[in-house]
Amino acid sequence: MSYNFKETMSKPERLAPGHRMCAGCGGTIAVRNVLRGLHEGDKAVIGNATGCLEVSTFTYPYTAWEDSYIHNAFENAGATLSGVEGAYKALKKKGKLDATYKFITFGGDGGTYDIGFQSLSGAMERNTDMVYVCYDNGAYMNTGIQRSSATPMYADTTTTPVGSKSNGKPQNRKDLAAIIAAHDIPYVAQTTFIGNFKDLHVKSEKAIYTPGAAFLNIMAPCPRGWRYNTPDIMEICKLGVETCYWPLFEVVDGKWILNYEPKKKLPIEDFLKPQGRFKHLFKKGNEDLIEEFQKEVDRRWEELKFRCSRG
Amino acid sequence: MAADITKLGVKAPWKDLTEGMVIAGAGTSRDFNTGEWSTDKPVFIEEKCKQCLLCTPVCPDSCIPVEGGKRGEFDYDHCKGCGICVKSCPFGAITMEGVE
Amino acid sequence: MAKRDRLSGNEAIAIALRQINPDVFPAFPITPSTEIPQYFASFVANGQVDTEFIPVESEHSSMSAAIGASAAGARSLTATSSCGLAFMWEELYIAASNRLPLALALVNRALSGPININCDHSDSMGARDAGWIQIYAENNQEAYDNMVQAYRISEHKDVRLPIMICQDGFITSHAVENMELLEDADVKKFVGEYEPEDYLLNPECPMAVGPYSITDYYMEAKRNQAEGMRHVERVVLEVAKEFAEVSGREYGLFEAYRMEDAEYAVVMIGSAAGTTKDAIDRLRDRGEKVGLLKIRLYRPFPAEAIADILKDVKAVAVMDRAEGYTNHGGPLGADVMAALYRARSQALAINYIYGLGGRDVRVEDMEGVFATLKQIAEDGDAGETYRYLGIRE
Repeated sequence: MSYNFKETMSKPERLAPGHRMCAGCGGTIAVRNVLRGLHEGDKAVIGNATGCLEVSTFTYPYTAWEDSYIHNAFENAGATLSGVEGAYKALKKKGKLDATYKFITFGGDGGTYDIGFQSLSGAMERNTDMVYVCYDNGAYMNTGIQRSSATPMYADTTTTPVGSKSNGKPQNRKDLAAIIAAHDIPYVAQTTFIGNFKDLHVKSEKAIYTPGAAFLNIMAPCPRGWRYNTPDIMEICKLGVETCYWPLFEVVDGKWILNYEPKKKLPIEDFLKPQGRFKHLFKKGNEDLIEEFQKEVDRRWEELKFRCSRG
Repeated sequence: MAADITKLGVKAPWKDLTEGMVIAGAGTSRDFNTGEWSTDKPVFIEEKCKQCLLCTPVCPDSCIPVEGGKRGEFDYDHCKGCGICVKSCPFGAITMEGVE
Repeated sequence: MAKRDRLSGNEAIAIALRQINPDVFPAFPITPSTEIPQYFASFVANGQVDTEFIPVESEHSSMSAAIGASAAGARSLTATSSCGLAFMWEELYIAASNRLPLALALVNRALSGPININCDHSDSMGARDAGWIQIYAENNQEAYDNMVQAYRISEHKDVRLPIMICQDGFITSHAVENMELLEDADVKKFVGEYEPEDYLLNPECPMAVGPYSITDYYMEAKRNQAEGMRHVERVVLEVAKEFAEVSGREYGLFEAYRMEDAEYAVVMIGSAAGTTKDAIDRLRDRGEKVGLLKIRLYRPFPAEAIADILKDVKAVAVMDRAEGYTNHGGPLGADVMAALYRARSQALAINYIYGLGGRDVRVEDMEGVFATLKQIAEDGDAGETYRYLGIRE
């Protein structure tokens, strides 16, 4: 699939303004650009787990969605869209529906990695013809920055606060993209906001138009939770990729493909430093914590390269 | 049939609410003005703009309209003044109001 | 034309569903409702229905998917029991508040713990305030007939609420009884096509469902939802009347059995009503003026009609197949006593907890209940109003 940036940007907007996400939110940047993967003329039903995105984009009676939209609860976005997709198949079979619909669900990392994990796993295992998009901002931001299983190690959150006996979250983050890939579904990809959004766009289009289940994991920074300077979101994403904290890859029919390898891998400090949630790591005496963080990033990066080398 | 949300203000009696609180229709949030949230506003300096459009995908609020491959004026009714577009412009064609 | 057959309650429900040919059926197995999706899966496998059968990974997901399908514009349902219903808790409220007319075939079973697979009503009683219509059956025939009538009630434009069709686990779900089935074509005609107004897959107009509501709207939203419930009694009776024309079998909000001149009455739900009718027949033969009020429609609760039937009794025993842990009795007891109070009834009323976890109820037990009623009427004092039937002391 080729990428014509100007044409893509000229497509009609499928997320209307007037929603109530915070200024500078990464979540809606993800949504707008995923929805540009839909072909004009195709309709869609959008699912959404409870979270910032839901409470802010459908605050009665204001919906920001140009397509049909369903929010059900926090933990069941996968199952809910399974039902919608089942209805589509049934109505098609009975000759009650002509139009082509695509099914896309958005969930934050709380609704995806944690409380909605079972429902997501079920929908993926059944190879439901849908795309599940996780906009991963690494904590429960809607309820006020509590840790999730997507929160990186040592992040200062409101349930893993830094204190005299605590360096923030003690555990590593869950590798959800790999877990979903282990469901043996046709398409899994990890991406974020880079340059002209080619990576995110191409992956979204592939995910939407691959028959069967697809999963996109998008790093979508949250200026409140991560405590960086709000206008710097693109720089934060770039550093995530250049430090190999957030590698760009795809798993197509079980085949792992690395989409980008930095010419010179940057040290993890470069990604951590601009973020207030990691401020404590830069205090004198905490050098070993950063070293440990770096080791984990390296270990995962080597593991990913190994998977991709096997094809 | 699309719901007429002008009848669904906060003083609407219970009988007037839509059944099941569904909203038939789309994009009704345009009627909600989030442009009031911020005092900082981006300013579009058209003569510096090369129409590279790098500012459009980064806007969290869909406030940079594009038509025929060219961007237009900001949607100030909804822009929250986050400043991401300013950083994304390679040509200095966007500044924050009062800030060079 | 009706067909006679010998069927279990689960089989009867499955056959009703085959005849209805719903659009989407997400399901997860749990004893004793498991057979319903099992039978139905074989109908799918053999091309006897067009339904999308979705074997999900939990009851939470079966209800979630049924909600998604219903919002999308499909006729959907699921089946469950006990802990499966409890696991759907949050979703039950969402189905109702979204005004989605989906169905749930519930096979009543005790809730954990301790874990027990047999019948009581603690599962559906826990869901009584969720905003669902609840209809209960005494036997297999009623379970089947209620299922056939379900969508006509829930999809009615003045109602649009989810409906729970309940029957007693094992007692009716697994016991085989002689019953009459309607012809497939008659069911198809009776149930009709589902034609929602607003739905997700409407190409003419998109729809958003499941909003965040600020306080300014929430209370009005709940009142708006309650309006649907207020039409249910009327619609249940209208649908029952039409059903009688097709089937010859008559249904109301409840069944009043030998209540014409009854001085002592039992109010109960479900299969134990059959046992109670036997007790009543025996006592009537001995000249006792006893009767039964068997609830069919429990939610909404037809309080006025129930109080009216009970207006001349001297004493009434309300039988709850579920604990309420109020220290005053069970949920049906509370509902019936409130109805009597509002009707300024002078009847003495007691409330029994009975039949928990499949505990058998015998004809003799119910004769004992009537004897107690007679005694308290003579004493002019109900005594302890919160009692257990058949408990080892």
